[in-house]
Amino acid sequence: MTDVSTTSAVTQKLRFYQKGTFTVGNRLVSERERSVQASIDRSNALTCGHRACQGCGEALGARYAIDAAMRATGGKLIAVNATGCLEVFTTPYPETSWQVAWVHSLFGNAAAVATGVAAAMRVKGRGDVRAIAQGGDGGTTDIGFGCLSGMFERNDDVLYICYDNEAYMNTGVQRSSATPPAARTATTPAIGSEPGNVFGTGKSVPKIAMAHGIPYVATASVADLHDLERKVTKAMGIRGARYIHVHVPCPLGWGSAAHDTIRLARLAVESGLFPVFEAEHGHLTASRKIRRKVPVTEYLQPQKRFAHLFSSEHGPQQVAKLQAVADRNIVEFHLLDQEGDV
Amino acid sequence: MAEGIAFCRPEVVCAYPITPQTHIVEALGEMVRTGELKHCEFINVESEFAALSVAIGASAAGARAYTATASQGLLFMAEAVYNASGLGLPIVMTLGNRAIGAPINIWNDHSDAMSMRDAGWMQLFAETNQEAVDLHIQAFRLAEELSMPVMVCVDGFILTHAVERIDIPDQADVDAFLPPYEPVQVLDPEQPISIGAMVGPEAFTEVRYLQNYKQNLALRLLPEFAAEFEARFGRDSGGLLRTYRADDADLLVVAMGSVNGTIKDTIDEMRADGVRVGLVTLVSFRPFPTQALREALVAAKHVVVIEKSFAIGMGGQLANNVDLALRNAAGAPQVHSVIAGLGGRPIIRPSLHKVLRRAVADPWEGMHFLDLNETIIAKELHHVRKVRRSGPTAENILRHLSVGMQQEAAK
Amino acid sequence: MFQVRIHGRGGQGVVTAAELLSVAAFLEGKHAQAFPSFGSERTGAPVVSFCRIDDKEIRLREPILEPDGLIIQDPTLFKGLDVFQGLKAEGYLLVNSNKSIEELHLADMAAKLPDGHVRVSPATELALKHIGRPLPNVALLGAFAALTGIVQLHSVIIAIRQAFSGKIGDANVAAATAAYDQCLRRSLSFGHVETD
Repeated sequence: MTDVSTTSAVTQKLRFYQKGTFTVGNRLVSERERSVQASIDRSNALTCGHRACQGCGEALGARYAIDAAMRATGGKLIAVNATGCLEVFTTPYPETSWQVAWVHSLFGNAAAVATGVAAAMRVKGRGDVRAIAQGGDGGTTDIGFGCLSGMFERNDDVLYICYDNEAYMNTGVQRSSATPPAARTATTPAIGSEPGNVFGTGKSVPKIAMAHGIPYVATASVADLHDLERKVTKAMGIRGARYIHVHVPCPLGWGSAAHDTIRLARLAVESGLFPVFEAEHGHLTASRKIRRKVPVTEYLQPQKRFAHLFSSEHGPQQVAKLQAVADRNIVEFHLLDQEGDV
Repeated sequence: MAEGIAFCRPEVVCAYPITPQTHIVEALGEMVRTGELKHCEFINVESEFAALSVAIGASAAGARAYTATASQGLLFMAEAVYNASGLGLPIVMTLGNRAIGAPINIWNDHSDAMSMRDAGWMQLFAETNQEAVDLHIQAFRLAEELSMPVMVCVDGFILTHAVERIDIPDQADVDAFLPPYEPVQVLDPEQPISIGAMVGPEAFTEVRYLQNYKQNLALRLLPEFAAEFEARFGRDSGGLLRTYRADDADLLVVAMGSVNGTIKDTIDEMRADGVRVGLVTLVSFRPFPTQALREALVAAKHVVVIEKSFAIGMGGQLANNVDLALRNAAGAPQVHSVIAGLGGRPIIRPSLHKVLRRAVADPWEGMHFLDLNETIIAKELHHVRKVRRSGPTAENILRHLSVGMQQEAAK
Repeated sequence: MFQVRIHGRGGQGVVTAAELLSVAAFLEGKHAQAFPSFGSERTGAPVVSFCRIDDKEIRLREPILEPDGLIIQDPTLFKGLDVFQGLKAEGYLLVNSNKSIEELHLADMAAKLPDGHVRVSPATELALKHIGRPLPNVALLGAFAALTGIVQLHSVIIAIRQAFSGKIGDANVAAATAAYDQCLRRSLSFGHVETD
């Protein structure tokens, strides 16, 4: 009797879920795989001493992003910051934790100010000096939306990085147009038949950026900092308008544990609620596949801002709606397709 | 004016269209395209707020930045206006003076300039198109010397759309007067600094104090630059103020902008009638030349302030500031406040004659609105008293006006 | 000081007319000022523009309430507006029309003004003929130069060429010259010799 299991006709496809490493301080990996942060020569553009909360996703994301940009440009970088948590906790008078040329103008004009910086560099024959604009979701999706769109439409040579913690955190957790459905914020209380942020609201700035046809759009998460660095590095190698939208949990605003920041970020990605993808000139070019799909509840439960979904009568309905959002993302961005598919 | 501004070698020009400044910016854009204006980035922005923000970024990064707006546009960039002066950026902006709505009005008055008079920008008012050109050249020099932005106010339509004789300066002369921009603070990757930090109660007062201190320095610099300008270009332009037939005047008029031309003609006519009347033309509104104005006015018996704006609920801003200049002066003249030209209403000599004579013969309290249509006012007040839902005021007045005109025509 | 008020409708080049006139005067070494009175910009709406000419600096900024010269680019304006308001007793009136003064019901007004001070000019027709577009403004300037002598035709021509280059400049010059000639001929035929 032939033992079928040993014939070569039967091939078992092995899937390697993890290539490389998520750990970012690791200097034991090859040079190529090492993060910018792992290097002693990193610019430390956002250095220690700032006043961010314990577990702040934005401080984490900004540190990785700006150092990656500094390496990519050989330190020839000017950063423009919108008003918000990042600006506030990095420049408490009379100190600054920025070791990069940095300017803060207003809440809604970071994109326009960066346009001005880039123009000044061009006119002075210093096109090698690049401009980065950064802001939170409030400064980007709401009050800064007009200037952002203007910058996109002109294809100004600016990389705009949005650190999305899904509400106006610095002023006390009020909702923004990036606040996810059903989330409780100071201005969307968990009361009534649609507790939290009302459904049907919210806009995807990455998709709007794609609609402008700009050279590069990407979403990233502090769950995968190698990926964030890679995307920033890639963006700095491109001229024209670029946009990176980084998902950054906020323990204070989300009501989560400080030590859960990266875990929550990963759950957002793995549930499909935060799709991680890249696009060029309006077309999706790559998406990060979900390794192990989780139901949205696993992501929502550790956050007090979603607590009402698990205690109210309307909760299950809203959870179902959120699951539907995640499922739609999975389809739209091909988050569960075979590796190599787009 | 665009040519004059081009001679200043702006490096970044960014503006959003609004009547009445559009053609200035369009001309600059064309000059950049044709190569007539070199080393200049012209950026089409999507709002006035973006316009000044782009200028802020460019200026902070070391480029000479210019923008232009008026009226509603100035308000739309209001946050950035305060930001630019608070950060100490030497941006020059043309303000094509236009009334602020509602009611929407595209014609000239000074309400837009007045809305930003506290923002920390220097505000200079041009009397003629020649002075408009000259003031821009002086403005860049002043702004960069003090690291403080300057607004050059040019009456919308009356000056912005007028064609008149001007001497175009020589590029070499402008270069000699206005050297390349050397920033006091600059975003430089080689020497990185942070600009725009939060400043708490411990230091905010000092920052504001120093802004005021700098504007006081401008009180000295403005006449110095004007003198240097005259020596080089042969024209008396700028400075703090200038007088016309004021030496022996019992009655002095104070005004800003293009209306001074009409007032001069009126004064000549009155002088021919033996009236000792003269004029003080204020060029610098911010910084307000308290001392210089006091010296110019104190010997007169009557001062009539004619201005194209007023603070609703208070009175004329210029009249108020003139009062300030004369405060506690021994034997100070009576100050009479005239509000004229609002929303573009023409200021004509017959009306000026009447009001200047009335100021002496039959003075009034508070504001006198030149050429106010009292019939319409009475009609509207009557209408409003009759019925609760009386409708929008502006539309009612327009209707009263057209009915009145029809009745006139029927006669 | 010589003050000219030009009435027309948006799109007829009323503003340009005032500017060209001021440039012509400037070329003759005079002081000149031209400015418009705007409504919201749309074609067809009544537009007024002003031009002052003087031998000394012009400081006045009022609209022109008492014109020495009046140019009416569009006679349909007669119905809605009092375009003649303030015209000086010795003033000049030029109307764009191919009708006669009598047909335009202007005979009474012409009688009150000095002889030869009121003219019609078929400027639109001349423009159509020479430029191919019904833009009467430049032709009217030619006629106005002939009528008033406040500027020479020569200066008007240079001003036109500064504003319009190439074939368009040529065409406009032709229209202005034709209108000038016609205006002169008319006055000669009435038995008056117009001095430049």
